[in-house]
Amino acid sequence: MTAVAERRPQQLSAWSRVRGWVRNPWGRPRFLVVFTWVYMVWALVPVLIAVQFSFNETRSRTVWSGFSTRWYWGDPVDSVWHDPTLRQAAIQSLKLAAADVVIAVPIGVLLAIGLARWRGWGSRPSNFLMLFPLVTPEIVMGVSLLLIFTEIFTFIGTGTDAQILGHVTFSISYVVIIVRGRLFSIGRQYEEAAADLGASPRVALTRVLMPLLTPAIVASAAVVFAISLDDFVISQWLSSGGDTDTVPIRIYNATRAAPLPSTNAIATIMMVFTLLSLVFAFMAWRVFTRDERRARRSQDLASVLDI
Amino acid sequence: MYRRWLWPGFAFPGILWLVVLFVLPFYAVIGVAFGTVDPILFRPVPAWNPLEWNVGWVLEVLDRLKPGGTLFNVAMRTLVFIAISLVLCLLIGYPVAYYIARHAGRMKAVLLVLLILPLWISYLMRMLAWVNLLAADGYVNRFLTYTHVLSQPRDWLGGRPSTVILALVYGYIPYLILPLFASLDRIDRSHLEAARDLGASPLATFRTVTLPLSKAGVLGGAVLITLPMFGDYYTPDIVSQSPKTSMIGNQIDFYFHYGSQPTIGAAITIILAVFLTAFMAYYMWTIHRASREVGQE
Repeated sequence: MTAVAERRPQQLSAWSRVRGWVRNPWGRPRFLVVFTWVYMVWALVPVLIAVQFSFNETRSRTVWSGFSTRWYWGDPVDSVWHDPTLRQAAIQSLKLAAADVVIAVPIGVLLAIGLARWRGWGSRPSNFLMLFPLVTPEIVMGVSLLLIFTEIFTFIGTGTDAQILGHVTFSISYVVIIVRGRLFSIGRQYEEAAADLGASPRVALTRVLMPLLTPAIVASAAVVFAISLDDFVISQWLSSGGDTDTVPIRIYNATRAAPLPSTNAIATIMMVFTLLSLVFAFMAWRVFTRDERRARRSQDLASVLDI
Repeated sequence: MYRRWLWPGFAFPGILWLVVLFVLPFYAVIGVAFGTVDPILFRPVPAWNPLEWNVGWVLEVLDRLKPGGTLFNVAMRTLVFIAISLVLCLLIGYPVAYYIARHAGRMKAVLLVLLILPLWISYLMRMLAWVNLLAADGYVNRFLTYTHVLSQPRDWLGGRPSTVILALVYGYIPYLILPLFASLDRIDRSHLEAARDLGASPLATFRTVTLPLSKAGVLGGAVLITLPMFGDYYTPDIVSQSPKTSMIGNQIDFYFHYGSQPTIGAAITIILAVFLTAFMAYYMWTIHRASREVGQE
């Protein structure tokens, strides 16, 4: 009985809890609470400070002198909007990400369905092959793609086309992993039910499986968009300089020279794009699976009420 | 007939893509590394026929990697940097993952979002943040001189191993904490209660139950961040730019982008990839096992 009473820290007032902490900071989770929050501050505050300096009034990224949107569009020469190299980098990043989504998602979805259903001699090595890009260090992929475009597929060479091909190559596996997770969780019963009711494989696929896969497809599109925007190594190894430099490459080059707050500004803009695409994916997933969750809840309710 | 080819047909475009743009490029690296160099133009002459392979360049690089060779120091530095970063990541990451998995209570969802957030902020953005903070008149120096820890600002970005290690830890720790959290969160609480009921102290419970049960997460997460760290060249480039902190990835970058000796760069890449095979195999096995478990549920 007493043990139960002691296990209820919520009932203590905030003040007495603080007093208890000061008296004994090494009590079981106390050290961990502080440690975890310090970690969170360390992990996120530097980025917030970088965002803050993108709004600095002066050219400094280290001394704060007041809020302005100068580095976004105000400055007629060096702002993201007016500096052609920064604007071009943003366009290039978005172009690669969009092309990546358009190519990698259909290929990845088909590959995921194929690998999940195919039971032949080639399915095991294919599964194995699909996992490889996930574990290969990016520099190894960068070197090998650079060499194939400069030594074998010389008609492609380096530049935007090579960058798109490279981005798709590392994105396919992410699509497969996300879609396959969903395929496993929905199982085969819906397709089998459709087949029992006389649907051809094609109809079962387009009318039953595809709608069920929609949330995973949307989510994988957003994830691919985000990882493509954030990619640095593959974009850099396959860049032919100038117009094909993406935002991460600009940030890399800028940190090695003398960066202006406009570097922080463009990094902030890209971060917002990435986070928005993921929020979108999360919302889309919630909306598409709403009926399933509702059905599951009413099932749970039914089992509780013993209906 | 139609049924038999349906599913392989679905997989075909993806497989073809990966064969042409993932497997074949590896062969291109091998061809260049085992090729020769044009004596006049200094361009690599790849050898596509295995019978014509010239092992000279790979042996040359292996020779440089031996003690006393020109690449020995870089290789050792890479290993030491990665080892220290890995240990720091685990020492910082384990308590955080442990707290969120076990004691966070109502804050769990918030903390999980905060934990995942850095994964979706561009790596380069996070490095840029530290370049700003560690600059000569940045917040770190101003704080340290204000509190009289330092009498004058320190040149953090001028080729310090400690700065590179900080950057590596900062860059890769989010990728480690997530698998750690997953493995700690999966531990069945009844195991812990059983240990406590049988008289184990909290510390003994942690040592004999929690720690062994989280081994898969520790190893998986460690391999997950070790692999990209071995290929990293941008982190030391951004926060130090000094040859005193250069890692093996910087050498590959150098031979391709500045030294224009792709043959040597390709040879280093091959040796690195072979060295990392064991890590890659282990990691692939963990992914395979995880997706199997998902399939069985």
